[in-house]
This record gives sequence, structure tokens and C-alpha cells, in this order.
Amino acid sequence: MRRNSTFLYSVLCFGYAFLYIPIFVLIAYSFNNARLATVWGGFSTRWYSALLENTQILDAALLSLQIALVSATVATLLGTLAALGLNRMGRYRGRMLFTGMIAAPLVMPEVITGLSLLLLFVSLQELIGWPGARGANTITIAHITFSMAYVAVIVQARLASMDEALEEAAMDLGGRPFAVNLDITLPLIMPAMGAGWLLAFTLSLDDLVISSFAAGAGASTLPMVIFSKVKLGVTPEINALATIIIAIVMFGVIIAGWLMWRQQRLVATGPVKA
Amino acid sequence: MSLVVNPGRADRLWRGLVITAPYLWLLIFFLVPFAIVLKISLADPLVAQPPFSNFFDWSGSSGRRVLATLDNYRFLFEDRLYLVSYLNSIRIALIATGLCLLLGFPMAYAIARTPYPWRNLLLLLVILPFWTSFLLRVYAWMVMLGKQGLINQLLLSFGLVDAPLQFLYTDQAVYLGIVYTYVPFMILPLYASLEKLDPDLHEAAADLGARRHRVFLDVTLPLAMPGIIAGCLLVFIPALGEYVIPALLGGLDTLMIGRTLYDEFFVNRDWPLASAVAVVLLLILILPIMLFQRLSQESEA
Repeated sequence: MRRNSTFLYSVLCFGYAFLYIPIFVLIAYSFNNARLATVWGGFSTRWYSALLENTQILDAALLSLQIALVSATVATLLGTLAALGLNRMGRYRGRMLFTGMIAAPLVMPEVITGLSLLLLFVSLQELIGWPGARGANTITIAHITFSMAYVAVIVQARLASMDEALEEAAMDLGGRPFAVNLDITLPLIMPAMGAGWLLAFTLSLDDLVISSFAAGAGASTLPMVIFSKVKLGVTPEINALATIIIAIVMFGVIIAGWLMWRQQRLVATGPVKA
Repeated sequence: MSLVVNPGRADRLWRGLVITAPYLWLLIFFLVPFAIVLKISLADPLVAQPPFSNFFDWSGSSGRRVLATLDNYRFLFEDRLYLVSYLNSIRIALIATGLCLLLGFPMAYAIARTPYPWRNLLLLLVILPFWTSFLLRVYAWMVMLGKQGLINQLLLSFGLVDAPLQFLYTDQAVYLGIVYTYVPFMILPLYASLEKLDPDLHEAAADLGARRHRVFLDVTLPLAMPGIIAGCLLVFIPALGEYVIPALLGGLDTLMIGRTLYDEFFVNRDWPLASAVAVVLLLILILPIMLFQRLSQESEA
């Protein structure tokens, strides 16, 4: 009786068409020769060459990548510590507040997070003369703050589903907590940390609203440049940029999928003979 | 063993670091900022850098004096712009959440009934757009909906309309944008609760003579309820404060509170008023956020 009805099949077809047609249309138009972005004027790669000569977009992309690399790495470290603090450290004062502070950034509207961080930076500047000019530094701090919460949730889910017996056994055998965390816990939560890092990296690359607040006049990230261009209407160069970003993501997903498939096979069948 | 002088001390240090480092970070960069927003929402706007008055007045002879004003909050209720923005946001977020549920439920149900390995592929295809840029996915609808967009081109070439229709820059475009970007957040929790559904329950109900719609109403729906609530909250909460979607797809009159706050801050440069808008938005969101927290804690337990 596990047969999908025609209705459910049509819903699936409609749903996936809805999710993917706009993306495919965007890709198709990126190869459009016409100046008016939405009228077909023959195949061309002119917008890709235009994109490669647009130093504003290239600089912004480079800045975004730098911010994403730094913020994802710091967020993974802090988020993993936070997950350990929530799941392996027993009771301590202020644990409730800690739990709340880790969950809250996940559901906080971006405009509020952005506004509050900017007001903090301005107040700190008044009080202690730091952070000076706002730009890449303040954007990075802002990104670490919201993405460490995502990392903490992912690593915590892994810690919660893990059998604590291994760690307990190591402790019973005289292992010190730090050494046990390093030798036993860390290898087990590595995949979750990797997933958290990827998510933090993606979120940082994609963020517009919080970056706009945290950046002073000094720095423009890629989403900020894209937004300022598309606010005025459809822009062919952005179609080309979108296609490149989608291609990179697809490539990454295929690689990740292949790695996971290989690992599963290794676990299932043992090491593959050369 | 000269390196490890006192293992107990090292352990305390490690424990201290694990808890203190992220704790301090969140205190400084998450909690304190909210206190500052609250403080500045009580200040007067000034044409200065930074553009708001001091909280304390040190100039008087009798030490400091608190200069707090509720003017910003009074203004929020007197000027119709803000009230309309709040109500509009709630209306748009509610309608979009309902549309997400209408699309997401049958999709999640169909995915949960698809056999492996197809099911994994379908799930991957739901998550995949999430990894590409949110901003670019919203932008894709500008390409679809514009006066010279794909949909108008098709309608014109089939002779269904004589002149291009106004799709872009309307409230409907905003609904569409929210459903498009947030429907994965609806499908995933729904799938998680529908997946656990035992097909034997359906058969049992059918064997006992229940009609299909009764099976759905009495068996499927109650069991899927946690997923429905979680999915609705996951769409409603971010949609309420949404800025990008109304800014790109909405008309000038599509007032949503995230957009009003953003403009108040960046265009009018009235920081105290923007802070007051944020405080009230947070008050509206506290109830759904707490509901969501409780729900996720229950599912963990």
C-alpha cells in the first residue's frame, strides 16, 4: 500500500519545478547576448568576460572569501567549545543563560542582530577607542557571533547522540578530561565540526543584512555589491556571477556526496584492497 | 614528568576555557548589544556622531542625571507608518507561512512515502538550493517576474495577454519570494515527523473501516502536529523580520517592519527610533521564539 497517488506525484513535480526553474532560467539568461537581460538575443559569454574585468565585484568577492574563511574557522572553534560546555561539563552557574544565548541567534531577525552589533561597535569606540574604523574586522566579528551558534547546534546534536561509554572508559582508565576530549571526543565529532564549518562558511558568504550594519563606509562584501546592483533591476553580469556560484556549490555537493559514499563503503566493507 | 606538574590544575584550566571562551564571546557580542539597543531606544536623536543623546547627563552640579525618554515609543504608536508596518509584516508572514504549509505538507508526505534510495535524492534536492545564495535566489524571481521577465514573455507569445502584467514589485511577489526561499524549512521538520509514521497504522485504520480522509484527519495529522508547528515557526519567525525579499520583490507600498527599520537607520539616520522599532519587534517575536525553544527542547528529551 506504499504507493504514491497521482496527486502526490503531481505535487512533487510541481514542487521541484518551482524550486529549480528560476535557477535554470537564471543560468540560461547568463549566456544571453542581449543587453536587455530578459529578452533572448543569442548565445554569448560576454557577461562572463565583463564580470572578470569588473574589479569592484572581484575585490568584493575576495573580501567575502577572506571574511568567510576567518569567521568560519573561529566560529567552529568557539561553537565546538560551546557544544562541549553544554553537553560534557555537567552543571555550573549560568548554564541556562548559556543555553539561551546559543539558541537565540538562530531565530533572531537579521535586522535586530545587525543593529545591535553596530550599536555595540559604536559604543565601544566611544568608550575604549576600539574597533576603530569599521570594516572587514567588524563584519568578521558579527559573522563569528551568529555562525558559532549554528556550529554549536550541529556539534551538540552529534555529542548528544554519541555513546558516552568510550569517554567514560577512558576516564576510568585514568585519562585526564583534556586528553580524553582530545583523543576520544575530537575524532568522533570531527565530521560534525566539518559540517558546521561548511555551514558557517556558506552563511558568511551569503550574509547581506548583518554585514551592511557591521560594515562602515570602508568595506563592501560581495552580497552588498550584488544587492546594490540588483536593487535597480536585472543585471546581466549578476546572472553570470550567479551561474558561477551555483556551479561551485554543485561541484562541492558532488565532491561531498562522493566522499560520504566512499566513507560509507569503507565502513561497510572494510578497507578497499588496492 | 616535569611537563605535567599538576594535572588537576590543567583540567580546571581546560574546563574553564571550554565554558568561558564561548560564554564571554556571546555575552559581549550578543547579550550586551541588546542592552545597548534598549538604552539607545530611550535616547533623543541628535545630528551628531553618533547620532543620539547621552544616557547620563554629567553637566549638572548634583552628579549624573538619567536622560531617558519614551518619545520614540510614543512616536511608534502615533505615526501610522510603524503600526501599518507591524500589522502588514504579521499579515504577510502569516499568509506566506500558510502557503508554505500548503505546498510543503504534500511534498513532505510524498517524500516520506518514496522508497530508498530515491528518498535521499529528493531530500538532497530540497536542501540543495539552501546552499546557494539566498540573495541570488530572490534575485532569480526578478528575472522571472519582471515586465520583460520570462512569465510575461510566455504570456505575450501565447497571446494570453496584450500588455505585460505587473508581477514584480507587488505584495504577491513577496509571498512568492518567502515561500520560495523558506519552503525547505517547512518540508524538513514535516518530513522528520511524517517519516516516523508507521504505515501499519494507516492499514489498521483502513481495516477498521475508516475512510481515507478520516485516516488523514485522525491518524496522520495529529502525529504530524509537532512537525507542522516547528515548520510554521521556522518560516514565520524569519519572515516577520525579513528585509531582502520586500526590498527586492515588493512595491514601495509593501511595508514590512524589517524594511522600515533598515530605512529608518540607513536613510533617515534616526538611530534611537530604529532601536525602538527593534525592541517592539523583539517583543512581538518573544512568544513564538519561546514556543519554538520549548518545542525543540521537548523533542530532544
